[in-house]
Amino acid sequence: MKRYQQMFARLEREGRGAFVPFVTIGDPNPELSFDIIKTLIDAGADALELGIAFSDPIADGPTIQGANIRALAAGATPAISFDIIAKIRQYHATIPIGLLLYSNLVMARGIDNFYAQAAAAGVDSVLIADVPLHESKVFRQSAMKHDIAPIYIVPPNVDDDDLREIASYGRGYTYLLSRAGVTGTETAAAMPTSELISRIRSYHPAPPLLGFGISTPAHVQDAIKSGAAGAISGSAIVKLIEQYQQQPAELLTQLKQFVSRMKAAT
Amino acid sequence: MSELKLNPYFGQYGGMFVPQLLVPALKQLEQAYVDALQDPAFDAEFQQLLTEYAGRPTPLTLCRNISPNPLVKIYLKREDLLHGGAHKTNQVLGQALLTKRMGKQEVIAETGAGQHGVATALACALLGLKCRIYMGAKDIERQQPNVFRMKLMGATVIPVTSGSGTLKDAVNEAMRDWSATYDTTHYMLGTAAGPHPFPTIVRDFQKMIGEEAKQQIVKAEGKLPDAVIACVGGGSNAIGIFADFIAEEGVKLIGVEPGGKGISTHQHGAALSTGSYGILHGAYTAIMQTSDGQIEESYSISAGLDYPAVGPQHTYLQQSGRAEYVAINDDEALAAFQQLAKSEGIIPALESSHALAYALKLAEQATEPTVLLVNLSGRGDKDLAHVHSVLAGGQL
Repeated sequence: MKRYQQMFARLEREGRGAFVPFVTIGDPNPELSFDIIKTLIDAGADALELGIAFSDPIADGPTIQGANIRALAAGATPAISFDIIAKIRQYHATIPIGLLLYSNLVMARGIDNFYAQAAAAGVDSVLIADVPLHESKVFRQSAMKHDIAPIYIVPPNVDDDDLREIASYGRGYTYLLSRAGVTGTETAAAMPTSELISRIRSYHPAPPLLGFGISTPAHVQDAIKSGAAGAISGSAIVKLIEQYQQQPAELLTQLKQFVSRMKAAT
Repeated sequence: MSELKLNPYFGQYGGMFVPQLLVPALKQLEQAYVDALQDPAFDAEFQQLLTEYAGRPTPLTLCRNISPNPLVKIYLKREDLLHGGAHKTNQVLGQALLTKRMGKQEVIAETGAGQHGVATALACALLGLKCRIYMGAKDIERQQPNVFRMKLMGATVIPVTSGSGTLKDAVNEAMRDWSATYDTTHYMLGTAAGPHPFPTIVRDFQKMIGEEAKQQIVKAEGKLPDAVIACVGGGSNAIGIFADFIAEEGVKLIGVEPGGKGISTHQHGAALSTGSYGILHGAYTAIMQTSDGQIEESYSISAGLDYPAVGPQHTYLQQSGRAEYVAINDDEALAAFQQLAKSEGIIPALESSHALAYALKLAEQATEPTVLLVNLSGRGDKDLAHVHSVLAGGQL
């Protein structure tokens, strides 16, 4: 959890926002996946958001569904994913690593055991896409016990009671949804008004990062301008993996360029 | 946010495991349902639709010829005679009225066998709602007549090719659609599964099956049945006929899951019979999964039972020992399908044939007078082409 605080403190000193790329671990295969994530770090990612592949990702649009399918077909499992995370942690000691996954993968390992394994691999935060606030207690307790930040989603339709709870339970960062719907660049991010972000910030939650439909440097710029602490981009990156999966060298070049441009917009 | 009005759990099973974004839509639905329960006008309109449009009450038929044992009487609750061809019509009428109460104009639904799709399409046509129905590409192939019925009634049918192309994937797509459209659109989930409040609402809108059957069988026999038997995919027809018997401890409740090619083959849909527990489509319940927690693809000859999870109340009824769950294989269901046609002149849905097949097994073993109540949840018209091809060109 400390790594997020250190990252946000550094960014504040620099007067910049965070750029956080998302990929599914094991996409397009476990071997290439490590190089991909390493490239994201080298190109300037401030933190990482990593998915563990799941058979039924209901919060994801076609692009990230494709990443899940490729990773599973290539043999990615939660155990292999934790191994890759441990290698990433070895490669970089201070970058915050967030996990984004679905509840059944947590349940299958036993909730507390899952968080223990995540902590051992070097994970800093866990966001479970299908665990809303009012079902989150047991997950949150295990997370805190293992010094992992529980991440909460703030959707555009959030009410004040939820905001108050999210501010008190969330750690690390707050995942601010730019719009309704599922992940993907099919529908671009809708920028929240600065009124909404200042309303959210008035509850003093962990710093808000804006996600869903973030695919251009302009989106990143606008997110930060409207008061977010940074932006998360997933589908745009996964599309590059989909497109260049047969040409690893070209893929890494493309990813490096994309992340550098997005980071430059912070 | 406001607290939930109803308990989302059955014992430890159930809950509301959905993206945060969908929570307000589910709470709105729960509130609309709670309000409707207080409103006599809602019930009056629902009852009127059930009697004058759908054809309730449905009859209870004592089989004349099929019982293999003179000691055993087999009664069929004839949901196959309901408008639309299956029990599914009951609850969509209720949900369609809730949709209007919430001021929503559009409906999305998932369908497996197409029966829920047909029911959704007819309710939407009747009540002036616009509907789009997600259906697995594989199911579209094996349930062509129902696809055409839905289209005739003005529904848009959207093929789902992701995953196994069956009911599970249709639910995934419907939930994805709903997370972008909940402001204007109601998700008319078709079974007593999924996130709270669906398992409760769907059960309550199906429980007239058991209430009627109880009165009818007491009238016919002067006593309650020894066992109530129903097929279980997601579990709506089963919970519908079980609900009013749960408090009657002398009545056995038996749910029949699809054994497919056999429980040991992995090609089945019997989550309760062999599955473990986990979260799928918003509920903690019995599911078919790998040791890592990946959802397994189910299999059944019957599209309506081809689902790797089950409604959470069934898991609770199994764990508490109140109900028993067994599996019937494809070939046993097919045999019962043909047997009912030949001996009673009733062509049952392949889904309901599973329940009947188990009743026939029980009947064979009975050594004392026994009264069995089977929920004949749907008719088999939709299955004719499929059964014809499975039976090698209809050579009976």
